[in-house]
Amino acid sequence: MSDEAQTVSIEITINGSRYQREVEPRLLLVEFIREEVGLTGTHIGCDTSYCGACTVILDGEPIKSCTLFAVQADGGEVITVEGLEQNDELHPIQQAFSQHHGLQCGFCTPGMLMSSLALLAENPTPSEKEIRKQLGGNLCRCTGYQNIIKAVQDAAKTMQEG
Amino acid sequence: MLTGLGETAKPLAGGQTLIPILKLRMDEPSDLVDIARLPDLHYMDDNDGVIRIGALATHGRIGKSDISKVVPILGDCANGIADAQVRSMGTIGGSVSAADPSCDWPALLHVLNAEIICQGEKGRRAVPIREFIQDSYTTALIGAELVTEIRFKTPPANSGGAYIGFKKAAPAYPAASAGIQLSLAEGSVCQDVSLVLGAAGPRPVTSVEAENYLRGKTLTADRLEQAAEILLDASDPPADSRGSSEFKRAMLKSIFLKAAFRAIERAGGERIEGGPEYV
Repeated sequence: MSDEAQTVSIEITINGSRYQREVEPRLLLVEFIREEVGLTGTHIGCDTSYCGACTVILDGEPIKSCTLFAVQADGGEVITVEGLEQNDELHPIQQAFSQHHGLQCGFCTPGMLMSSLALLAENPTPSEKEIRKQLGGNLCRCTGYQNIIKAVQDAAKTMQEG
Repeated sequence: MLTGLGETAKPLAGGQTLIPILKLRMDEPSDLVDIARLPDLHYMDDNDGVIRIGALATHGRIGKSDISKVVPILGDCANGIADAQVRSMGTIGGSVSAADPSCDWPALLHVLNAEIICQGEKGRRAVPIREFIQDSYTTALIGAELVTEIRFKTPPANSGGAYIGFKKAAPAYPAASAGIQLSLAEGSVCQDVSLVLGAAGPRPVTSVEAENYLRGKTLTADRLEQAAEILLDASDPPADSRGSSEFKRAMLKSIFLKAAFRAIERAGGERIEGGPEYV
Protein backbone atom coordinates (compact mmCIF):
# COMPACT_ATOMS: atom_id res chain seq x y z
CA MET A 1 0.00 0.00 0.00
CA SER A 2 2.98 2.26 0.49
CA ASP A 3 3.65 3.11 -3.14
CA GLU A 4 0.12 4.08 -4.08
CA ALA A 5 -0.69 7.78 -4.16
CA GLN A 6 -3.56 7.55 -1.73
CA THR A 7 -5.57 10.33 -0.21
CA VAL A 8 -7.50 10.56 3.00
CA SER A 9 -10.63 12.56 3.67
CA ILE A 10 -10.21 14.87 6.63
CA GLU A 11 -12.15 17.72 8.17
CA ILE A 12 -10.53 20.46 10.19
CA THR A 13 -12.24 23.49 11.67
CA ILE A 14 -10.17 26.63 11.18
CA ASN A 15 -11.24 29.89 12.78
CA GLY A 16 -14.77 28.54 13.12
CA SER A 17 -15.19 27.35 9.51
CA ARG A 18 -15.11 23.67 8.57
CA TYR A 19 -12.80 22.58 5.76
CA GLN A 20 -13.22 19.09 4.37
CA ARG A 21 -10.50 18.02 1.93
CA GLU A 22 -8.96 14.93 0.36
CA VAL A 23 -5.29 15.07 1.23
CA GLU A 24 -2.17 12.97 1.01
CA PRO A 25 -1.27 11.59 4.44
CA ARG A 26 2.14 13.25 4.17
CA LEU A 27 0.65 16.76 3.87
CA LEU A 28 1.72 18.94 6.79
CA LEU A 29 -0.88 20.92 8.72
CA VAL A 30 0.83 24.18 7.73
CA GLU A 31 0.51 23.18 4.06
CA PHE A 32 -3.16 22.34 4.60
CA ILE A 33 -3.74 25.77 6.14
CA ARG A 34 -1.79 27.72 3.52
CA GLU A 35 -2.34 25.77 0.33
CA GLU A 36 -5.59 23.86 0.73
CA VAL A 37 -7.47 26.54 2.65
CA GLY A 38 -5.55 29.58 1.43
CA LEU A 39 -4.89 31.18 4.79
CA THR A 40 -1.35 32.41 4.27
CA GLY A 41 -0.95 34.31 7.53
CA THR A 42 0.66 31.23 9.08
CA HIS A 43 4.27 31.26 7.95
CA ILE A 44 6.74 28.50 7.21
CA GLY A 45 10.04 29.64 8.69
CA CYS A 46 12.66 27.01 9.39
CA ASP A 47 10.55 23.95 8.57
CA THR A 48 12.58 22.11 11.23
CA SER A 49 10.44 22.66 14.33
CA TYR A 50 12.74 25.36 15.61
CA CYS A 51 11.57 28.88 14.83
CA GLY A 52 7.86 28.85 15.74
CA ALA A 53 6.70 31.03 12.81
CA CYS A 54 4.13 28.34 11.96
CA THR A 55 2.58 28.27 15.45
CA VAL A 56 -1.20 27.83 15.51
CA ILE A 57 -3.60 26.78 18.25
CA LEU A 58 -4.92 23.21 17.93
CA ASP A 59 -7.65 22.21 20.37
CA GLY A 60 -6.55 24.93 22.79
CA GLU A 61 -2.83 24.26 22.71
CA PRO A 62 -0.06 25.98 20.75
CA ILE A 63 1.64 23.68 18.25
CA LYS A 64 4.11 23.98 15.39
CA SER A 65 2.04 23.30 12.28
CA CYS A 66 5.14 22.37 10.28
CA THR A 67 5.69 19.41 12.59
CA LEU A 68 2.26 17.84 12.38
CA PHE A 69 0.58 16.00 9.55
CA ALA A 70 -2.80 17.42 8.62
CA VAL A 71 -4.33 13.96 9.19
CA GLN A 72 -3.23 14.18 12.84
CA ALA A 73 -5.44 17.25 13.21
CA ASP A 74 -8.48 15.55 11.61
CA GLY A 75 -11.58 16.53 13.58
CA GLY A 76 -9.66 19.22 15.44
CA GLU A 77 -10.20 22.93 15.91
CA VAL A 78 -7.47 25.26 14.74
CA ILE A 79 -7.07 28.98 15.33
CA THR A 80 -4.68 30.84 13.05
CA VAL A 81 -3.58 34.46 13.08
CA GLU A 82 -6.53 35.28 10.78
CA GLY A 83 -8.82 34.21 13.62
CA LEU A 84 -7.60 36.92 15.99
CA GLU A 85 -9.34 39.93 14.44
CA GLN A 86 -13.05 40.13 15.26
CA ASN A 87 -15.54 42.46 13.50
CA ASP A 88 -12.75 44.49 11.89
CA GLU A 89 -11.19 45.09 15.31
CA LEU A 90 -7.64 43.96 15.97
CA HIS A 91 -7.26 41.59 18.90
CA PRO A 92 -5.73 43.30 21.98
CA ILE A 93 -2.55 41.28 21.40
CA GLN A 94 -2.32 42.57 17.82
CA GLN A 95 -2.96 46.13 18.98
CA ALA A 96 -0.26 45.84 21.63
CA PHE A 97 2.29 44.47 19.13
CA SER A 98 1.49 47.42 16.87
CA GLN A 99 1.71 50.02 19.63
CA HIS A 100 4.92 48.70 21.16
CA HIS A 101 6.73 48.01 17.87
CA GLY A 102 6.70 44.30 18.70
CA LEU A 103 7.56 43.54 15.09
CA GLN A 104 9.87 44.75 12.39
CA CYS A 105 9.85 42.54 9.30
CA GLY A 106 6.78 40.72 10.63
CA PHE A 107 7.75 37.22 9.52
CA CYS A 108 7.75 35.71 13.01
CA THR A 109 4.79 37.76 14.16
CA PRO A 110 1.92 35.33 13.42
CA GLY A 111 3.67 32.70 15.54
CA MET A 112 4.46 35.22 18.27
CA LEU A 113 0.83 36.29 18.40
CA MET A 114 -0.49 32.73 18.60
CA SER A 115 1.99 31.73 21.32
CA SER A 116 1.04 34.88 23.23
CA LEU A 117 -2.65 34.02 22.84
CA ALA A 118 -2.03 30.54 24.28
CA LEU A 119 -0.06 32.01 27.16
CA LEU A 120 -2.67 34.60 28.11
CA ALA A 121 -5.49 32.04 27.88
CA GLU A 122 -3.73 29.87 30.42
CA ASN A 123 -2.10 32.57 32.52
CA PRO A 124 -3.79 36.00 32.22
CA THR A 125 -1.20 37.75 34.42
CA PRO A 126 2.17 36.31 33.42
CA SER A 127 5.44 37.60 34.85
CA GLU A 128 8.14 38.75 32.45
CA LYS A 129 9.96 35.48 33.07
CA GLU A 130 6.85 33.46 32.23
CA ILE A 131 6.39 35.41 29.00
CA ARG A 132 10.01 34.76 28.03
CA LYS A 133 9.63 31.07 28.80
CA GLN A 134 6.41 30.72 26.81
CA LEU A 135 7.89 32.54 23.82
CA GLY A 136 11.11 30.50 23.97
CA GLY A 137 9.93 28.51 20.98
CA ASN A 138 9.43 31.59 18.81
CA LEU A 139 12.48 33.15 17.25
CA CYS A 140 12.65 36.74 16.02
CA ARG A 141 15.72 37.95 14.15
CA CYS A 142 14.79 41.64 14.17
CA THR A 143 13.45 43.04 17.39
CA GLY A 144 15.71 41.78 20.14
CA TYR A 145 12.51 40.64 21.89
CA GLN A 146 12.23 43.57 24.34
CA ASN A 147 9.31 45.15 22.54
CA ILE A 148 7.61 41.81 22.09
CA ILE A 149 7.73 41.26 25.85
CA LYS A 150 6.38 44.77 26.44
CA ALA A 151 3.58 44.13 23.96
CA VAL A 152 2.52 40.90 25.69
CA GLN A 153 2.62 42.62 29.09
CA ASP A 154 0.45 45.43 27.78
CA ALA A 155 -1.96 43.03 26.06
CA ALA A 156 -2.32 41.11 29.33
CA LYS A 157 -3.22 44.34 31.09
CA THR A 158 -5.74 45.37 28.43
CA MET A 159 -7.37 41.96 28.41
CA GLN A 160 -7.62 41.97 32.22
CA GLU A 161 -9.31 45.37 32.16
CA GLY A 162 -11.42 44.49 29.12
CA MET B 1 -1.97 -3.40 12.28
CA LEU B 2 1.72 -2.63 12.86
CA THR B 3 2.46 -6.34 12.82
CA GLY B 4 0.62 -6.72 9.52
CA LEU B 5 2.58 -3.90 7.89
CA GLY B 6 5.89 -5.43 8.87
CA GLU B 7 9.08 -3.98 10.27
CA THR B 8 9.28 -1.06 7.87
CA ALA B 9 6.17 0.51 9.42
CA LYS B 10 6.47 2.88 12.36
CA PRO B 11 4.09 4.10 15.03
CA LEU B 12 3.52 7.88 15.14
CA ALA B 13 2.65 9.38 18.52
CA GLY B 14 3.19 13.14 18.91
CA GLY B 15 5.63 13.19 16.00
CA GLN B 16 7.96 15.77 17.54
CA THR B 17 10.99 13.53 17.12
CA LEU B 18 9.81 11.38 14.21
CA ILE B 19 8.57 14.10 11.83
CA PRO B 20 11.87 16.06 11.94
CA ILE B 21 13.69 12.74 11.37
CA LEU B 22 11.51 12.07 8.31
CA LYS B 23 12.12 15.57 6.97
CA LEU B 24 15.86 15.00 7.28
CA ARG B 25 15.39 11.69 5.41
CA MET B 26 17.16 9.95 8.28
CA ASP B 27 14.53 7.23 8.25
CA GLU B 28 12.19 6.01 5.53
CA PRO B 29 9.35 4.01 7.05
CA SER B 30 7.00 2.48 4.49
CA ASP B 31 3.95 3.32 6.59
CA LEU B 32 3.13 5.41 9.64
CA VAL B 33 0.42 4.28 12.02
CA ASP B 34 -1.05 7.15 14.03
CA ILE B 35 -1.38 5.83 17.59
CA ALA B 36 -2.12 9.18 19.21
CA ARG B 37 -5.85 8.48 19.33
CA LEU B 38 -5.52 5.19 21.16
CA PRO B 39 -7.79 5.59 24.17
CA ASP B 40 -6.71 5.38 27.79
CA LEU B 41 -2.99 6.01 27.37
CA HIS B 42 -2.98 9.63 28.58
CA TYR B 43 -3.33 8.94 32.30
CA MET B 44 -1.09 9.88 35.21
CA ASP B 45 -1.68 8.47 38.67
CA ASP B 46 0.10 8.05 41.96
CA ASN B 47 -1.35 5.13 43.96
CA ASP B 48 0.08 2.74 46.55
CA GLY B 49 3.58 4.14 46.18
CA VAL B 50 3.74 3.75 42.40
CA ILE B 51 3.48 6.50 39.80
CA ARG B 52 2.11 5.34 36.45
CA ILE B 53 2.16 7.53 33.35
CA GLY B 54 0.39 6.51 30.13
CA ALA B 55 2.71 6.52 27.12
CA LEU B 56 0.67 9.17 25.30
CA ALA B 57 0.80 11.72 28.13
CA THR B 58 2.38 14.84 26.65
CA HIS B 59 5.36 16.65 28.14
CA GLY B 60 3.09 19.66 28.64
CA ARG B 61 0.45 17.73 30.58
CA ILE B 62 3.05 15.98 32.71
CA GLY B 63 4.80 19.27 33.48
CA LYS B 64 1.57 20.90 34.63
CA SER B 65 0.34 17.85 36.57
CA ASP B 66 0.01 17.35 40.31
CA ILE B 67 2.53 14.53 40.03
CA SER B 68 5.20 17.04 39.00
CA LYS B 69 4.44 18.97 42.19
CA VAL B 70 4.99 15.83 44.26
CA VAL B 71 8.08 14.78 42.29
CA PRO B 72 9.71 18.07 41.20
CA ILE B 73 12.38 16.37 39.07
CA LEU B 74 9.58 15.35 36.70
CA GLY B 75 8.60 18.99 36.25
CA ASP B 76 12.25 20.00 35.75
CA CYS B 77 12.37 17.56 32.85
CA ALA B 78 8.89 17.88 31.33
CA ASN B 79 8.73 21.70 31.47
CA GLY B 80 12.26 22.01 30.10
CA ILE B 81 11.78 19.89 26.99
CA ALA B 82 12.04 22.08 23.90
CA ASP B 83 9.31 24.74 23.89
CA ALA B 84 5.62 25.05 24.69
CA GLN B 85 4.58 24.03 21.18
CA VAL B 86 6.63 20.84 21.18
CA ARG B 87 5.46 20.06 24.71
CA SER B 88 1.83 20.27 23.50
CA MET B 89 2.37 17.37 21.11
CA GLY B 90 5.40 15.34 22.22
CA THR B 91 4.73 12.30 24.39
CA ILE B 92 6.76 10.54 27.07
CA GLY B 93 6.28 7.18 25.34
CA GLY B 94 7.49 8.57 22.03
CA SER B 95 10.54 10.14 23.60
CA VAL B 96 11.51 6.92 25.37
CA SER B 97 10.94 4.85 22.23
CA ALA B 98 13.00 7.22 20.07
CA ALA B 99 15.98 6.74 22.43
CA ASP B 100 17.72 9.79 21.05
CA PRO B 101 20.85 10.19 23.19
CA SER B 102 20.00 13.87 23.68
CA CYS B 103 16.35 13.30 24.65
CA ASP B 104 15.56 14.21 28.23
CA TRP B 105 13.12 11.47 29.26
CA PRO B 106 15.43 8.47 28.81
CA ALA B 107 18.03 10.12 31.05
CA LEU B 108 15.50 11.31 33.61
CA LEU B 109 13.86 7.90 33.87
CA HIS B 110 17.24 6.35 34.72
CA VAL B 111 17.28 8.56 37.82
CA LEU B 112 13.87 7.26 38.85
CA ASN B 113 14.75 3.65 37.96
CA ALA B 114 11.56 3.48 35.93
CA GLU B 115 10.08 0.43 34.31
CA ILE B 116 8.89 0.62 30.72
CA ILE B 117 5.76 -1.38 30.02
CA CYS B 118 5.88 -2.80 26.51
CA GLN B 119 2.87 -4.38 24.90
CA GLY B 120 2.79 -6.54 21.81
CA GLU B 121 0.89 -9.41 20.34
CA LYS B 122 2.31 -11.77 22.91
CA GLY B 123 1.27 -9.65 25.89
CA ARG B 124 2.80 -7.16 28.28
CA ARG B 125 6.23 -7.08 29.83
CA ALA B 126 8.02 -4.65 32.12
CA VAL B 127 11.56 -3.71 31.14
CA PRO B 128 13.81 -1.70 33.51
CA ILE B 129 14.86 1.55 31.78
CA ARG B 130 18.52 0.61 32.20
CA GLU B 131 17.86 -2.42 29.96
CA PHE B 132 15.28 -0.74 27.74
CA ILE B 133 17.66 1.86 26.28
CA GLN B 134 20.29 -0.29 24.61
CA ASP B 135 22.17 2.16 22.42
CA SER B 136 21.56 5.43 20.59
CA TYR B 137 18.17 5.14 18.86
CA THR B 138 17.99 1.50 19.94
CA THR B 139 15.57 0.04 22.47
CA ALA B 140 14.48 -3.36 23.73
CA LEU B 141 11.21 -3.11 21.79
CA ILE B 142 10.67 -6.19 19.65
CA GLY B 143 8.76 -6.13 16.38
CA ALA B 144 5.49 -4.25 16.65
CA GLU B 145 5.64 -3.83 20.44
CA LEU B 146 4.60 -0.43 21.76
CA VAL B 147 5.46 1.34 24.98
CA THR B 148 2.16 1.72 26.82
CA GLU B 149 3.18 2.90 30.28
CA ILE B 150 6.06 4.28 32.29
CA ARG B 151 6.05 3.47 36.00
CA PHE B 152 8.33 4.10 38.95
CA LYS B 153 8.20 4.11 42.73
CA THR B 154 6.95 7.35 44.28
CA PRO B 155 10.04 8.83 45.95
CA PRO B 156 9.78 8.90 49.78
CA ALA B 157 9.07 12.12 51.70
CA ASN B 158 12.74 12.63 52.66
CA SER B 159 13.75 12.41 49.00
CA GLY B 160 14.55 15.23 46.61
CA GLY B 161 15.68 15.38 43.05
CA ALA B 162 16.66 17.78 40.30
CA TYR B 163 17.31 17.57 36.58
CA ILE B 164 19.08 20.22 34.52
CA GLY B 165 19.37 20.31 30.76
CA PHE B 166 21.97 22.73 29.41
CA LYS B 167 21.07 24.14 26.02
CA LYS B 168 21.59 27.08 23.72
CA ALA B 169 17.90 27.93 23.25
CA ALA B 170 14.52 26.52 24.21
CA PRO B 171 13.82 24.55 20.99
CA ALA B 172 17.30 23.00 20.98
CA TYR B 173 18.20 19.60 22.34
CA PRO B 174 20.40 19.85 25.42
CA ALA B 175 24.16 19.84 24.86
CA ALA B 176 24.42 18.09 28.22
CA SER B 177 22.11 17.16 31.05
CA ALA B 178 22.37 15.82 34.58
CA GLY B 179 19.92 14.40 37.07
CA ILE B 180 20.02 13.22 40.65
CA GLN B 181 17.45 11.89 43.11
CA LEU B 182 18.50 11.31 46.71
CA SER B 183 17.01 10.66 50.11
CA LEU B 184 18.54 12.19 53.20
CA ALA B 185 18.67 11.08 56.82
CA GLU B 186 19.61 13.34 59.75
CA GLY B 187 22.74 15.43 59.24
CA SER B 188 22.76 15.35 55.43
CA VAL B 189 23.56 11.64 55.40
CA CYS B 190 22.68 10.15 52.04
CA GLN B 191 20.39 7.12 52.44
CA ASP B 192 19.90 6.44 48.80
CA VAL B 193 20.90 8.11 45.56
CA SER B 194 20.54 7.70 41.83
CA LEU B 195 22.56 9.67 39.25
CA VAL B 196 22.57 10.20 35.52
CA LEU B 197 24.27 12.21 32.80
CA GLY B 198 22.43 12.74 29.52
CA ALA B 199 23.73 13.57 26.03
CA ALA B 200 27.04 12.27 27.37
CA GLY B 201 27.34 9.11 25.31
CA PRO B 202 25.23 6.80 23.16
CA ARG B 203 22.96 6.04 26.12
CA PRO B 204 22.35 7.71 29.49
CA VAL B 205 25.40 7.44 31.74
CA THR B 206 25.04 5.97 35.21
CA SER B 207 27.64 4.78 37.70
CA VAL B 208 27.00 2.34 40.53
CA GLU B 209 30.47 3.22 41.82
CA ALA B 210 29.59 6.92 42.07
CA GLU B 211 26.27 6.09 43.75
CA ASN B 212 28.00 3.79 46.27
CA TYR B 213 30.54 6.52 46.95
CA LEU B 214 27.71 8.77 48.17
CA ARG B 215 25.41 6.25 49.85
CA GLY B 216 25.61 6.25 53.65
CA LYS B 217 27.90 9.28 53.68
CA THR B 218 27.47 12.92 54.66
CA LEU B 219 27.04 14.92 51.48
CA THR B 220 29.71 17.59 51.42
CA ALA B 221 30.69 19.65 48.40
CA ASP B 222 33.98 17.72 48.18
CA ARG B 223 32.27 14.35 48.21
CA LEU B 224 29.78 15.41 45.54
CA GLU B 225 32.61 16.68 43.39
CA GLN B 226 34.40 13.36 43.71
CA ALA B 227 31.21 11.53 42.75
CA ALA B 228 30.89 13.82 39.73
CA GLU B 229 34.43 12.85 38.65
CA ILE B 230 33.62 9.13 38.93
CA LEU B 231 30.42 9.63 36.93
CA LEU B 232 32.25 11.71 34.31
CA ASP B 233 34.82 8.93 33.90
CA ALA B 234 31.98 6.71 32.70
CA SER B 235 30.82 9.30 30.17
CA ASP B 236 31.88 9.87 26.58
CA PRO B 237 30.30 13.11 25.39
CA PRO B 238 30.66 13.38 21.62
CA ALA B 239 32.15 16.51 20.04
CA ASP B 240 29.52 18.03 17.76
CA SER B 241 27.85 21.29 16.84
CA ARG B 242 26.77 21.70 20.48
CA GLY B 243 30.36 21.76 21.72
CA SER B 244 33.65 19.91 22.12
CA SER B 245 33.94 16.91 24.43
CA GLU B 246 36.01 19.00 26.82
CA PHE B 247 33.43 21.77 26.96
CA LYS B 248 30.66 19.25 27.51
CA ARG B 249 32.55 17.57 30.35
CA ALA B 250 32.96 20.92 32.07
CA MET B 251 29.27 21.65 31.63
CA LEU B 252 28.24 18.17 32.78
CA LYS B 253 30.19 18.61 35.98
CA SER B 254 28.82 22.08 36.60
CA ILE B 255 25.17 21.16 36.05
CA PHE B 256 25.53 17.89 37.95
CA LEU B 257 26.74 19.77 41.04
CA LYS B 258 24.05 22.40 40.64
CA ALA B 259 21.41 19.66 40.39
CA ALA B 260 22.86 17.89 43.43
CA PHE B 261 22.64 20.98 45.64
CA ARG B 262 19.12 21.64 44.39
CA ALA B 263 18.15 18.03 45.14
CA ILE B 264 19.54 18.32 48.69
CA GLU B 265 17.50 21.47 49.31
CA ARG B 266 14.38 19.80 47.96
CA ALA B 267 14.99 16.70 50.08
CA GLY B 268 14.99 19.09 53.03
CA GLY B 269 11.51 20.25 52.07
CA GLU B 270 12.41 23.42 50.15
CA ARG B 271 10.15 24.25 47.24
CA ILE B 272 12.56 25.65 44.72
CA GLU B 273 12.14 26.21 41.04
CA GLY B 274 14.19 24.13 38.65
CA GLY B 275 14.59 23.53 34.96
CA PRO B 276 17.03 24.04 32.14
CA GLU B 277 20.00 26.38 31.98
CA TYR B 278 20.83 28.35 28.88
CA VAL B 279 24.16 29.26 27.31
